[in-house]
Amino acid sequence: MNRFLSSPWTKAGVFLLGLVPLAVLVWFGFQMDLTANPIEYVTHYTGDWTIRFICITLCITPLRMLLNRPQITRFRRMLGLYAFFYGCLHLAIWVVLDPRQNTIPAIWEDIAKRRYITVGMLAFLAMLPLAITSTAGWVRRLTFKRWKRLHRLVYLTAIAGVIHYWWLVKSDIRKPLMYAAIVTLLLGYRVVSWMRKRKPVAEGTSQPTVSAR
Amino acid sequence: MLIRKAANPGYSEVTPREIYLNRRRFLATGSAILGGLAMPLAVRAAKLAAAKTAFNAGAEKVTPQNVVTSYNNFYEFGTGKDEPSKNAPKWQPISPWTVRIEGEVAQPKTLDLDQILKLAPLEERIYRHRCVEAWSIVVPWIGFPLSVLLNQVKWTSKAKFVAFETFYDPKQMLSPRQAGIQFPYLEGLRLDEALHPLTLLTVGMYGETLLNQNGAPLRLVVPWKYGFKSIKSVVRIRFVEEQPPTAWSLSWPAAYGFYSNVNPTREHPRWSQKEEQRLGEGGLFNAKFIKTQMFNGYGEQVAKLYEGMNLSRSY
Repeated sequence: MNRFLSSPWTKAGVFLLGLVPLAVLVWFGFQMDLTANPIEYVTHYTGDWTIRFICITLCITPLRMLLNRPQITRFRRMLGLYAFFYGCLHLAIWVVLDPRQNTIPAIWEDIAKRRYITVGMLAFLAMLPLAITSTAGWVRRLTFKRWKRLHRLVYLTAIAGVIHYWWLVKSDIRKPLMYAAIVTLLLGYRVVSWMRKRKPVAEGTSQPTVSAR
Repeated sequence: MLIRKAANPGYSEVTPREIYLNRRRFLATGSAILGGLAMPLAVRAAKLAAAKTAFNAGAEKVTPQNVVTSYNNFYEFGTGKDEPSKNAPKWQPISPWTVRIEGEVAQPKTLDLDQILKLAPLEERIYRHRCVEAWSIVVPWIGFPLSVLLNQVKWTSKAKFVAFETFYDPKQMLSPRQAGIQFPYLEGLRLDEALHPLTLLTVGMYGETLLNQNGAPLRLVVPWKYGFKSIKSVVRIRFVEEQPPTAWSLSWPAAYGFYSNVNPTREHPRWSQKEEQRLGEGGLFNAKFIKTQMFNGYGEQVAKLYEGMNLSRSY
């Protein structure tokens, strides 16, 4: 298992898997199978994959702790960058392909007026510093402690992303509710393990060795 | 997701406009209207003859049929646009389909579909159809004015509004909890709106009977209002004194009003109503957006219904 997790092939495989949603979308495009409203379909598709990758990224730390496999962390940056990548596509489609957002004032008006866009933009902007500082050089420059603190911004992205989804659906909240449950679980795990760590160690054994983030 | 292509093989081809127009001309000249709905309740659409009328959307192109049959808001069959066309075909509309007319009337009446179809000759009308979600289509509907049906009863002087109800079977459809809106789906019109000659009791489109996802076997089309006012699969019509509750305004009153006339000047919290995407024209990189017109371009016919009203308040 450890060998599998440490293998460069596994990392390459995860990289390719991350591209599968995009490949499928392009395939649908060539098949002219983007529904009667291609802009809407592609916007929803990339939005779905953004929040999925955010959730997958947030799984890494709990998985590492529960399975006690520190190697899992190797995939965290790539998965986070995929969330950012699909988020960029999602935003770019809205800005570039939808002609209603063809001017800066029109974009600004939408951000200011529609709360689901405001909070969606917030979710995206919170990812921006994380993507920029995702390199090893930035971890060194910031020191690991500060870098780690900065990267807690991903919690904001996750929460704002769920709210964005929740506010944009008309009435059927089943899917946003599902993501809300997943994000609550993933963030709740961190809160619980953080609280347990703060408690004086009496029982000793159950305490996680690495702090949650 | 790949299954989607196979789901509607019959509609994967866009009918070329020339063929479409020719067929319509043929039907219009050839038949004295009622084509005796051979299979009105069949899952597959049956041919339906109708006289061509002066009602048309001008120079605007009719939307390809496959768009209109595959991109639907019919929350009873799923809240995704592609879900009704997947789920609704499994549904067998009850036979005989009946419509109950009741409320503030001298004598309530129940009519079945065959009786309703004999009330008036069918006409084809090409209407613009504008959804509150800022997309629009141009559809050749088949039906006759709703007023013909309403006139089958004598309503009392108390009747000021007409309430409509969609068929609902919780065993075959989403629950209100899942969909997030009230079922049975409710709609309503003011009496003068319901009697307006543009308000169409619709049984078909594109020369065929309605498919389930489009509101088979019988729906309303109210072309100057947002699409959700054009209630599908109607089973009950009720004359009432007070403005009746409607499904969408119950779910979010600030966003969806009773009137819901197409109005580019009244902002909706979710969508700007200034423009609309005309579906079926242009693809991912060249989607067609056009300015939305007041009353969806039917102001000449309907603006007088709202004289003296503040339409940003009575939205």
